[in-house]
Amino acid sequence: MKKHLPVLTLGAVLLIGLALPLATGASPAGFYVEVLLGGLMAGVLYSLVALGFALIFKASGVFNFAQGAMVLFAALSVARLAEQMPLWVAILAGTVIMVVLAWLIERLVLRPLVNQEGVALLMATLGVTYFLDGFGQTVWGSDIYKIDLGIAKEPVMILDKIFQGGILVNKEDFVAALVAAALVAGLVLFFQKTATGRALRAVADDHQAAQSIGIPLNRIWVIVWSVAGFVALVAGVIWGSQLGVQFSLSQVALKALPVVILGGFTSIAGAIVGGLVIGVGEKMAEVFLGPILVKAFDLAGGGIENWFAYVLALLFLLVRPEGLFGEKNIDRV
Amino acid sequence: MFYRENGQFKSTYASDQQMLPILQDRAFMLGLLVLAIGAAPFVVSDYVFLSLLIPFLILALAAIGLNLLVGYCGQISIGHAAFMAVGAYAAYNLALRIPQLNFLVVLVLSGLIAAAVGILFGVPSLRIKGLYLAVATLAAQFFMDWLFARVKWFTNYSSSGSVSTAPIEMFGWTVDTPAEKYLFLLGVLIVLTLVAKNLVRSHIGREWMAMRDMDVAAEVIGIRPVYAKLTAFAVSAFYCGIAGALWGFVHLGAWEPLAFNLTVSLNLLFMIIIGGMGSLLGSFFGAAFIVALPIILDQVPLWLGVPISTAMASHLASMIFGALIVFFLVVEPHGLARLWAIGKEKLRLWPFPH
Amino acid sequence: MKQGAKYAVLAASFAVAAAFGSTAALAQAKKAEAPAAKGGGEQFFPVLSYRTGAYAPNGIPFANGYVDYLKLINARDGGINGVKVVFEECETGYATDKGVECYERLKGKGSTGATAFHPLSTGITFAVTDKSFADKIPIITTGYGRADSVDGTVFGWNFPLGGTYWDAADMLVQHVGKKEGGLDKLKGKKIALVYHDSPYGKEPIALLQERARMHGYELLLLPVTHPGVEQKATWLQIRQQRPDYVFLWGWGVMNSTAIKEAVATGYPREKMYGVWWSGAEPDVTPAGDGAKGYSSLVFFAPAGQGQVHKDMIKYVYDKGQGAGKKEEVGEVLYNRGMAAAMVTVEAVRKAQVKYGKKPLKGEEVRWGLENLSIDDAAIKKLGFTGFMTPVSTSCVNHAGEAQATIHSWDGKKWNVQPGVYHADNSIIKPMIRSSAEKYAAEKKLTKRDCAKEAG
Repeated sequence: MKKHLPVLTLGAVLLIGLALPLATGASPAGFYVEVLLGGLMAGVLYSLVALGFALIFKASGVFNFAQGAMVLFAALSVARLAEQMPLWVAILAGTVIMVVLAWLIERLVLRPLVNQEGVALLMATLGVTYFLDGFGQTVWGSDIYKIDLGIAKEPVMILDKIFQGGILVNKEDFVAALVAAALVAGLVLFFQKTATGRALRAVADDHQAAQSIGIPLNRIWVIVWSVAGFVALVAGVIWGSQLGVQFSLSQVALKALPVVILGGFTSIAGAIVGGLVIGVGEKMAEVFLGPILVKAFDLAGGGIENWFAYVLALLFLLVRPEGLFGEKNIDRV
Repeated sequence: MFYRENGQFKSTYASDQQMLPILQDRAFMLGLLVLAIGAAPFVVSDYVFLSLLIPFLILALAAIGLNLLVGYCGQISIGHAAFMAVGAYAAYNLALRIPQLNFLVVLVLSGLIAAAVGILFGVPSLRIKGLYLAVATLAAQFFMDWLFARVKWFTNYSSSGSVSTAPIEMFGWTVDTPAEKYLFLLGVLIVLTLVAKNLVRSHIGREWMAMRDMDVAAEVIGIRPVYAKLTAFAVSAFYCGIAGALWGFVHLGAWEPLAFNLTVSLNLLFMIIIGGMGSLLGSFFGAAFIVALPIILDQVPLWLGVPISTAMASHLASMIFGALIVFFLVVEPHGLARLWAIGKEKLRLWPFPH
Repeated sequence: MKQGAKYAVLAASFAVAAAFGSTAALAQAKKAEAPAAKGGGEQFFPVLSYRTGAYAPNGIPFANGYVDYLKLINARDGGINGVKVVFEECETGYATDKGVECYERLKGKGSTGATAFHPLSTGITFAVTDKSFADKIPIITTGYGRADSVDGTVFGWNFPLGGTYWDAADMLVQHVGKKEGGLDKLKGKKIALVYHDSPYGKEPIALLQERARMHGYELLLLPVTHPGVEQKATWLQIRQQRPDYVFLWGWGVMNSTAIKEAVATGYPREKMYGVWWSGAEPDVTPAGDGAKGYSSLVFFAPAGQGQVHKDMIKYVYDKGQGAGKKEEVGEVLYNRGMAAAMVTVEAVRKAQVKYGKKPLKGEEVRWGLENLSIDDAAIKKLGFTGFMTPVSTSCVNHAGEAQATIHSWDGKKWNVQPGVYHADNSIIKPMIRSSAEKYAAEKKLTKRDCAKEAG
């Protein structure tokens, strides 16, 4: 119990902060639920990107800074191809493109760097980010492109008997959440039930041991990056349909970093939980905490959600360095 | 044949411990300094000063700062532009509110303020390391971005959030022409590089390197991690703070909070990766590389007579940049400085094969 | 193999170092080689643009309009009174430091240096304004830039032709006042400003606060950080506060995202008003039908095609010289780029009256910019009827009189609403004066004596 005291304290503080707007009556209950839902939906989007991070780190120990650029590249491919062909064909073509990209990255970037330390691999993926940004814009263009999933964008009011005026929800957000859930379920099944999935888990546990029993490391890494590429595609399609596909999309994916920090680098469940926590925390802080800070310190406007996610992740790191679901790192001399 | 230490005997400890023990090295450095200080101001055009040399000098200083932390002490930071921002805004406020202060005093004070902030943001490094620390430093980056945009006091309640500065004046000398700016920056850089070189060769530097190589073992033999890591953060932030103040005052003249955003942080990191981590010379190489590359990429198509649109040039620059980073990491992970060292090694034998 | 690769990299690095040195050398050589032109000659126009990054969707059509008009001048008129127009683009990515670098690189190009700069970014404008005093090159900021730079006695080289953000904010307040039935009816109402967190977005705040004091409405400030794609929390706050009007001061991706979020949170687009940089086709088309009813200010040029567009198609696009797609000729930002190029060309033409029909220096072009008087007859002659408002500048007033209309998107095109708005100078002029004085004091500048310079 004592060992877990810091984490529990932090958790308690956050939960109190979360309940405060409702408890003090500073905001009507209906709006509070809307912000909560908005936060959960934003969190789902972050989780989608964080999944890719977690997958790659789990299997190959590489922190893939280029995940955001991959999301953008996938979204651009689908958006531009969908101008010429039906959307589902574009998505299939996009998947093929992402698999090819994954193979190229593994071949050209990862394999030569196989024994380098983490920093070098991180920098290499940074280099890949720059390359993909430039390449994506060269091939597909810098304009804003649409991905039309055919879902109505207008909000719907529900539960107007329970909450005054009802709660505003968006069909698109629900579809996003469903897709994310399906993806996670699919990934879990993949990892638990298939041979390739078991091989991936073996590689994630111990590269050398896996190699010694005959698992082809290079092929596994290509598979992992391809799966991550597919996850990036799904994330790209969902983000793109909500926000429009443009270069700036790759920078929003940076927000997924605090998510993997919170959840633990190697955990898929952590990516989901971390995403939801960050999403809710961010939106709540922005809507309820922001105006208080603005008044207290005479600030020129809010915008605390830019750093709140990172500070939240930092606080979690201080009390639990391996993240919520991550593996503890033991250092030996 | 020409570059070797044959016949150069040292008879005092001082001469043995000097920074450049080989005579040819000293001659080369002297020649370089003579060229840089004596010849360049008269020969080089304004454009080269403003777009190549001045950014190079300031970014080299910042790269030295980051290299001290990442290359010598092994703590990753991808939010170092935050400390540049602290230095810049500190210098702005000091110059604005206490105009009697000499600019050099302002520089040092803003460096110290940045160092204090650096210690604050270095505290997480005591608990976390590696990639987790890298992301934690991002918190510093975004928080500083937000702080300078929101807290109006820092920008003197300017309605646009943008601040501007008058040209530097000290000891009756107004630093406003490119050549003067260049000389001023060169002076600051030389002094601070000497300080950095000495720090790195002293016991503090050795403590840093011990923390980098094997931090658990270092703690076992008695090196205090708190002291080592926090001094690394402090000194690194000091250098970056001064570089930030110079970037704002000398190079830009007017800036907004976005001038020190994540892109700048990543650029600094690339500089030291390509230049060579753990090497002061590498910081210079990296800074030169990053400053020159976009300009080269813009000019080369014009020379070759192949006109390409500015958008294409910009994308090409991005792609070549990314590809070069990967290429350098694959071929020479220790950067250009290592290549330079190899070159010098080969030079010892040249023109003989072995 | 590894050794060989290392040698290769060593050689490559030395090549890069050599390139570094030779770039410097060549840059100098290029400067030195500028030939002295006799008779004809060339007038160099630098073009700062952004065709990449988060602001590219809006930057590309503007830049296309600008360079296409310069090509038109050469193709149709043979230059400005025989002096050919030469231009070079430089990619800034809307980043201040790249903008400064482009400025430094291009300011000395051409036989007489750069004609004038259009920074296309308020942030870059702030940075470059300080340099303009020493370099003596005009900075033209049509409809953007520093609001206080209207004062030509302090900002001798800035020209915010067409109006500034204080003018824009003022006119928007007048419009919503008119909608409410009088400015006094604004008391107790709430106006939210969703703005880009940069000098561009922050510029109107001073005037909106001043008007809030005067009329008693509550001003809600909601900054959006670059690049502007994350606005969920912003619009949740709007849903919470339920302002009566939302003023949008965005650029690039931020505009379309704002409209999409408005749709998602159910805020009526009829109550949203954008500044003249937040009302173009790239901003509304991504939201599809959801953008119907959204309005924005228009200054200089609305969407559509007129005589000059016919000339453009004939002389530039039919010859395959167009910078963009033919369908984009006539879009809002394209027209605005054309208008920006047109005022620069007309300023050169005016300056040639005093200094002769030859390539002119920046200083000489400034005289033209300060004595610009483009009236309706001139507009008709240039083929800009309906796509330009009269501009008349002087040494004291570098902007002319600002006027604007409102246009609304109906799902397919922009429709200009009847009614022309003029900025209320009684409020704005004192603000300009005090802000300019503050700048002059900060920079230790001596104000210009317009009477002496003219005499």
